[in-house]
Amino acid sequence: MVDIPDYLTTFPEMSRTELRDLKKGVDAAFRGFSRTYGEGIENFFKPLLHFLVWFEKLLLATPWPLMILILAGLVWLGARSWGLVAGTVAALLVIGYLGMWEDTMFTLALISVATVICLLVGIPLGLLMSKSDRLQAVITPVLDLMQTIPSFVYLIPIIMLLGIGRVPGLIAVCIYAIPPVVRLTNLGIRLVDKDVLEAADAFGASGWQKMFRVQIPLALPNIFAGINQTIMMALAMVVVASLIGAHGLGSVVLKSVTNQYLALGVMNGLAIVAIAIVFDRVSQRFGKRMQKHMEVVHG
Amino acid sequence: MASQGIEIRNLYKIFGPKGEKYIPMVKNGMSKAELNDTYGHVLGLNDINISMPAGKIQVVMGLSGSGKSTLIRHINRLIEPTAGEVVYEGVDVCKMSKSELLQFRRHKTAMVFQKFALLPHRTVLENTLFGLEIQGVDRKEAVKRAERWITRVGLEGFEDHYPNQLSGGMQQRVGLARALANDADILLMDEAFSALDPLIRMDMQTVLLDIQQELHKTVVFITHDLDEALRLGDQIAILRDGAVIQKGTGQDIVLKPADAYIADFVKEVNRGRVIRAETVMRKGQGGDQSVPKSALLETVAKRLSESGADEITVVDDGGQPVGVLSLHDVIGAMVTPSV
Repeated sequence: MVDIPDYLTTFPEMSRTELRDLKKGVDAAFRGFSRTYGEGIENFFKPLLHFLVWFEKLLLATPWPLMILILAGLVWLGARSWGLVAGTVAALLVIGYLGMWEDTMFTLALISVATVICLLVGIPLGLLMSKSDRLQAVITPVLDLMQTIPSFVYLIPIIMLLGIGRVPGLIAVCIYAIPPVVRLTNLGIRLVDKDVLEAADAFGASGWQKMFRVQIPLALPNIFAGINQTIMMALAMVVVASLIGAHGLGSVVLKSVTNQYLALGVMNGLAIVAIAIVFDRVSQRFGKRMQKHMEVVHG
Repeated sequence: MASQGIEIRNLYKIFGPKGEKYIPMVKNGMSKAELNDTYGHVLGLNDINISMPAGKIQVVMGLSGSGKSTLIRHINRLIEPTAGEVVYEGVDVCKMSKSELLQFRRHKTAMVFQKFALLPHRTVLENTLFGLEIQGVDRKEAVKRAERWITRVGLEGFEDHYPNQLSGGMQQRVGLARALANDADILLMDEAFSALDPLIRMDMQTVLLDIQQELHKTVVFITHDLDEALRLGDQIAILRDGAVIQKGTGQDIVLKPADAYIADFVKEVNRGRVIRAETVMRKGQGGDQSVPKSALLETVAKRLSESGADEITVVDDGGQPVGVLSLHDVIGAMVTPSV
């Protein structure tokens, strides 16, 4: 046996007191920040909370047959597919029959609002990123972090700042779901054919004209792929978000986990899957329909 | 519509981060290879001086890498010059402000591209009115004008097709219609027909010549094809390594090539379609048959062989005899001299 010196087998770590002070210091600093600005931040998100609550109430107050009709209509408008409409109606009927109507409406409200926020923030951010290499270099690692850091980790500061409730849940969902739409908007704009852009320049198009008449329309397939991914990731977050107070199918799944309710957990899980499939198919087909010029090709 | 000519004066383009720094060295005779090897900068254009005539077709010819595509992009400043002037209507395009340049591009120039560069998400009609839309022309008026040009280039009935439903030749007709709809004096054509197969290319050349006869725009036409240059060009400039090595009419270039490089180029040319009667006629008068002095030798040869006459009189625009040509003269001039 070779004698391995001590300094190689034990890591030269920080002393316990130093480490404890460091953690305490960070926690205290954030708590201080949260005490000072917590209320302001909460007030900032108030309108969002009111909107989400109003939207939940609206979905719940709408008579279920009317709701099914509206959803079927939206699916038809987006996808133009009777098969998908029939599937949606069937899924909703089963969901309602199995007693999950109310929770499904909560989840629908959360996902819809989260998606709208992600698109309102994410698409402009992606456009800005496509204009500036420097901004891209700054934002890309942030997006990487948002996608890889375990979501429980950012739940902690969110709870410290905003407590438990709908808005913290919504924010957690948005943090997780926004990266794809930002990335793919940026990528889509950057991939637009240089020759076509040069032609737009040659005809004297201004920056805005180029953006709205050439770049965005040509980037749409990628932007739609991003929107689709964002919706899927938002749905994947509903269980985690229920940890900090989001209502809906996710919170029932959470309850089933802690109480070992197998049937209840599977039922609600499958309801989430059904919503996911509908959202996915509708957004994909809608994206495709906007690209009808790609379908027809000269022989 | 009275078109104006374009004056290109002492134009230099050096690609690289510090292009201006090397202008004096290039002026003192540094070669493209030396600049590239020693300083890592690429000499794109080297002291270009061309007067492009108003209402005529100026062809700029050269092989790939000669700088011809760089040159045409200086006229609407898609590429910033390193030094020099591009003067149109008394204004130096290179000194225009950003908004002046946008207006110049919108109203004075229109461009046709080698790879068509159509907007794939727009129909033929929407592509054609793109320039008008950018100008802010009222939609109804834009549609009306676009439809007229779509008809003019022979695409009637295809208004609602998307570019990828059309063949290459048809796509370039859309490109041409889009440029013409702009109603600009200057028409910039960057290897516009190079991507088309030979028959379609001839066809498009004819379309262009027809339209030009009617509109008299100031056309700048880039090509690597000498036959195309000779067919279309009222004036031709030949570019090599970023410098102009010969300027003149097609006849000048075929009959008096400036150097061995150009001589090599023009060897294969069908002289009968380039040289005109007045260039090779002798003094005198012969026979009662006559041809105008601007007639191509091919036409003269055809007339002579059909009529069976030995000689034919060459007449000026007023019908006055100015010279004579025999079948022997004509054939002698049409054969490429062996060097």
